[in-house]
Amino acid sequence: MNPAFPFLTVLVLLPAGAALVVAAVPSSARLAVRAVGLAGSLATLGFAIATTVEFSGGRGTFQMVSVHPWISSLGISWSLGIDGISLFLVLMTTVLFPVAFAAAGDQSCDKSFVAWMLVLEAACIGSFLSLDVLIFFLFFELTLVPVYFLISGWGHERRGYAATKFFLYTLAASAFLLVGILALVAIHANETGVTTFDVRQLASTRLSGTEGVVLLLAFTAAFAVKAPIFPFHTWSPDAYRESPAAGAVVLAGVMAKLGTYGIVRFDLELFPRAVVTLAPLILTLGVIGIIYGGIVAAVQRDLKRLVAYSSLAHIGFIVVGAFALTGPALSGAVLQMVNHGIYTAALFLLIAMIYKRLGSFSTADLTGLQSKAPVLAGVFTVTMLASIGVPGLNGFVGEFLILSGTFLTHRWWAVVATAGVVLAAVYLLWAYQQVFHGVPTDREAAFTEMTWREGLYMAPLVAIIVFLGVFPGPVLSRITPSVDRLLEHVEAVAHPRVPALGRPERASTLSVRVGTAEYRATRGGVKAAEANRPEAGK
Amino acid sequence: MIHAAFLIPLFPLAGFAVLAACGRRLGNPLAGWLATAMVAASFVVTVIVFAGLFESSSHHRSFTQTWWTWFSVDRLHVTASILVDPLSMTMALFVTGVSALIHLYSIGYMEHDGQFPKFFVYMNLFVFSMLILVLGGSFLMTFLGWEGVGVCSYFLISFWFDRPSAASAGKKAMIYNRIGDAGFLLAMFLIFERTGSLQYETVFARLGHVGTGSLTAIALLLFLGAVGKSAQLPLYPWLADAMEGPTPVSALIHAATMVTAGVYLMCRINPILYRAPDAAHVVAIIGGVTAFLGATIACAQRDIKKILAYSTISQLGYMFMAAGVGAYVAAVFLMLTHAFYKALLFLGAGSVIHAMDDEQDTKLMGGLRRIMPITSVTFLIAWLSIGGFPPFSGFWSKGEVLLNAYGFSPLLYALGALTAVLTAYYLGRCYMLVFSGQARWTEARRSGDGHGHGSGGEALHPHDPSWVMTAPLVVLAFCSVFAGFIDLPFHPDLVFLERWLSPVLGDRLFSHHFTASTEILFGVVDGVLAALGIAIAVSLWRTAVNRREVEPAFLQRAWYIDWSYDRLIARGSTLFAGFASAVVETRVIDGAVNGVALIARSAGGALRRAQTGYVRNYALGVMAGLVVLLAYVLSRAFS
Repeated sequence: MNPAFPFLTVLVLLPAGAALVVAAVPSSARLAVRAVGLAGSLATLGFAIATTVEFSGGRGTFQMVSVHPWISSLGISWSLGIDGISLFLVLMTTVLFPVAFAAAGDQSCDKSFVAWMLVLEAACIGSFLSLDVLIFFLFFELTLVPVYFLISGWGHERRGYAATKFFLYTLAASAFLLVGILALVAIHANETGVTTFDVRQLASTRLSGTEGVVLLLAFTAAFAVKAPIFPFHTWSPDAYRESPAAGAVVLAGVMAKLGTYGIVRFDLELFPRAVVTLAPLILTLGVIGIIYGGIVAAVQRDLKRLVAYSSLAHIGFIVVGAFALTGPALSGAVLQMVNHGIYTAALFLLIAMIYKRLGSFSTADLTGLQSKAPVLAGVFTVTMLASIGVPGLNGFVGEFLILSGTFLTHRWWAVVATAGVVLAAVYLLWAYQQVFHGVPTDREAAFTEMTWREGLYMAPLVAIIVFLGVFPGPVLSRITPSVDRLLEHVEAVAHPRVPALGRPERASTLSVRVGTAEYRATRGGVKAAEANRPEAGK
Repeated sequence: MIHAAFLIPLFPLAGFAVLAACGRRLGNPLAGWLATAMVAASFVVTVIVFAGLFESSSHHRSFTQTWWTWFSVDRLHVTASILVDPLSMTMALFVTGVSALIHLYSIGYMEHDGQFPKFFVYMNLFVFSMLILVLGGSFLMTFLGWEGVGVCSYFLISFWFDRPSAASAGKKAMIYNRIGDAGFLLAMFLIFERTGSLQYETVFARLGHVGTGSLTAIALLLFLGAVGKSAQLPLYPWLADAMEGPTPVSALIHAATMVTAGVYLMCRINPILYRAPDAAHVVAIIGGVTAFLGATIACAQRDIKKILAYSTISQLGYMFMAAGVGAYVAAVFLMLTHAFYKALLFLGAGSVIHAMDDEQDTKLMGGLRRIMPITSVTFLIAWLSIGGFPPFSGFWSKGEVLLNAYGFSPLLYALGALTAVLTAYYLGRCYMLVFSGQARWTEARRSGDGHGHGSGGEALHPHDPSWVMTAPLVVLAFCSVFAGFIDLPFHPDLVFLERWLSPVLGDRLFSHHFTASTEILFGVVDGVLAALGIAIAVSLWRTAVNRREVEPAFLQRAWYIDWSYDRLIARGSTLFAGFASAVVETRVIDGAVNGVALIARSAGGALRRAQTGYVRNYALGVMAGLVVLLAYVLSRAFS
């Protein structure tokens, strides 16, 4: 299965190499620094596109796998692979980094800024591609360091507090992940005599109920903080608020997905039974996040904090989709990771443009911007509507899939989550009215329209927002086979009696009761069959 | 030629794209003409498709055009498709027709506006969305249009966004609509769960397997969506505020087309309502009560657009009443005729507001009959139509509704009949205040009491507007007079609309049959009711300007409903959210995090000497360790 060309290894090493090059450039050569940063990230984007082209849709398994044993005695290996779940996250990452560079202004000439950003990109891509749990952990941890320096070095007023809080909080949570990994590997080794960190082999570990639950909680602790999931989110408003523009884009757009990706890739793959057991709990946290994030966002007076809380709500949707365990919900969750990355990044970029001109994030200081800058207002409107979930733009497809899929197995959670759809309109339209409507005062007199350069890096994001809203087919058709494979695995482990019932192969078909007739409505449901009994879903 | 149907929404979409890209370069008035031409082209195509459909046999009058797969996961397969059938084409016909006229009118009305091209960008996008709404082949396509019109409505209500009231009104409309949309979404989840599809044809074919409880839930959830979109109790207050938008917007979106989307949805899901009679009764009762409530409020308003807004709420109530009792033909019939006379009323009001230099208070108007003859006569026709005076169109359509309401329950009929009197009365009051009596705008100006945005001191010279504005008035007046003849009750051959729609409604048509003499009796009663309302209005308001006794405060304040929403819900939830943010978030959740940090720090005090205490150094340490590890992995792995 090894392709002739090691796409994935190159994807990780290219930005890392670019970081080394930047380190070698003298810091006085500011334009060279910027050029290397931009070129490095663009080249990575090029490779990601090539990977996407090379990726063959219709298959759910890992592709382009490259395994190079490292410490054979411990079963640790440099093993990378890509499937429908990680493919578009990698693509999104490689889109957002050049955009972040372009938006960083003078910061993109600072040698250390550029180097840290490139290290961060390599670490993020590495996390998405690792099939070895230990390598994943190393990359996952590696992301913390650049972000710490990006916030503390180039952030806003309270950057020190925000950076420290972020670093310590996430580091503490990661300790659980490390312990969880080692425990899982030990159990697996005990059971089979084989010591391995390969997620594909670890997935077949037979865990007792308690073991599974404890390990799931250990893994999820790290992911819940990173995503963040309610109530582990309080670092995020501070970190997003104090980050420089590029940092906020990467934090909310890419790094948050490390958490949700971790849930899908490792929680579902490794602990299917525990996932089924704990699903109600985590679904509840997700739904609380949706509602609570929306409510708290509604009273924020600071645009960046507002987006941070809105992000909490949107991550809640993704978490709900991941734990609902149906095809539409999980595909929607994966798609929504990409969607959320794009429109949240766009919102942070637009807010940064406002800050650059007026030096404030506070809705109290801003008014009437639409008459000064109609194009900027228009782009903000499109992005806002995508975030609200208006059909025709990308946010809707993900949300709809998540909610309709969740409704099949966990009806009342879906019903409450749907209320979040109303809240999103409340806080975003309120903010828009404060900032863009009204008559500009003297303060806004000098507010200028979006420049060509700003338009240039916003254009791809807007294009993606519209494209994924109208024609998500090409993306979904590559996500779905991997999601199906994962759900089959979950079902096979969580309900081992299923094959005995003579289900068709590639089964995981849930039957939706429609009166007396049965329609095979959805593939990949775990508890769906129960949920569709008349009294279920309570 | 019926396969040209895909062009119908495509023209306004193209207009939107062109205008969005280079509307400012086209400028005023070219951008307006382009937009109008696009909608007119869409109307022409609709007529052609309509004619084609008319010629084909009644079994071939329904087909789906699929464009592409919107998204598909497992059985959740959603296509971008349109459904062409008599119902959707009837809707498309009047939507494009009325839209084209209002676009034309807007060229004159928006003449002096600085954002002229942008107005038409939104208008074309609106028409596109509205056409997707009515033509959509699945619940989700309808929802796409449903949200699209909602967003356009938001844009256009807050079109003059420098006015805080306009900005708030736009936001309010969108939020009320979103509440309804949550119902629509939940209905779709339930439909998909129960039938495995969202495509209309498939869903309706599988209804037999769905339990009555589920069907009732689906119907009520969809009705919640309709209540939000069509401004029914309890989600109606946004429509009165929506009058902040430019008057052509009020005519097109908040009278003729968008707000009727809820009624369309009820007609579209008639197979569901048929199987869920309880839900249908709720629809009928909410409709009846809203019709009455809206009419009472309209009796005491002084802002000309507010009168018309509450009148729209009331008329929409009639339509829901009809749909609820199963008289879908009557609902569509009233929707059609209402589109004509209500658009005419709004455009007439627009002419008046234009002439009065943006004054909207009817108490500051008067005596315009002679100065603005075309506006006055067309307004009069609209009044007689909406009042149900024979033989104007409203007489026939409202008569249908009332007759069917009687068949359902005499109580509902009584409510409807009372509302009919009120309808003829409040618009009579409006007409009298605006067009007859003393010209009060001269004194108002002199005493410097101009509420408008005009330059107070200058003398007003009101006159009928230019032809681009009067031509739509005349065409709509013509339709208001004669549109009733598409569904005459006298002979089975004359019920054109009923026969045309019968393939969609099938055997679910309301089957209450009355004898010819009963029908004639009801017709006479309707005429008398209308005449009664007109007579009261004329006798009370021919000369008077203020009559406190018939304008009680609780009606002027709209039964205090909006006020109590604001006090109870808006303020309450703001307080709650403030509490969540200030106490739960800051003190409890984040407080716990910082508390843990504090404990750790004090416990670690003893160790502090060994540590530098700088996170920076830890971070670098972590970094160095990780990089060395990864580099080692790589070197070993690839060696």
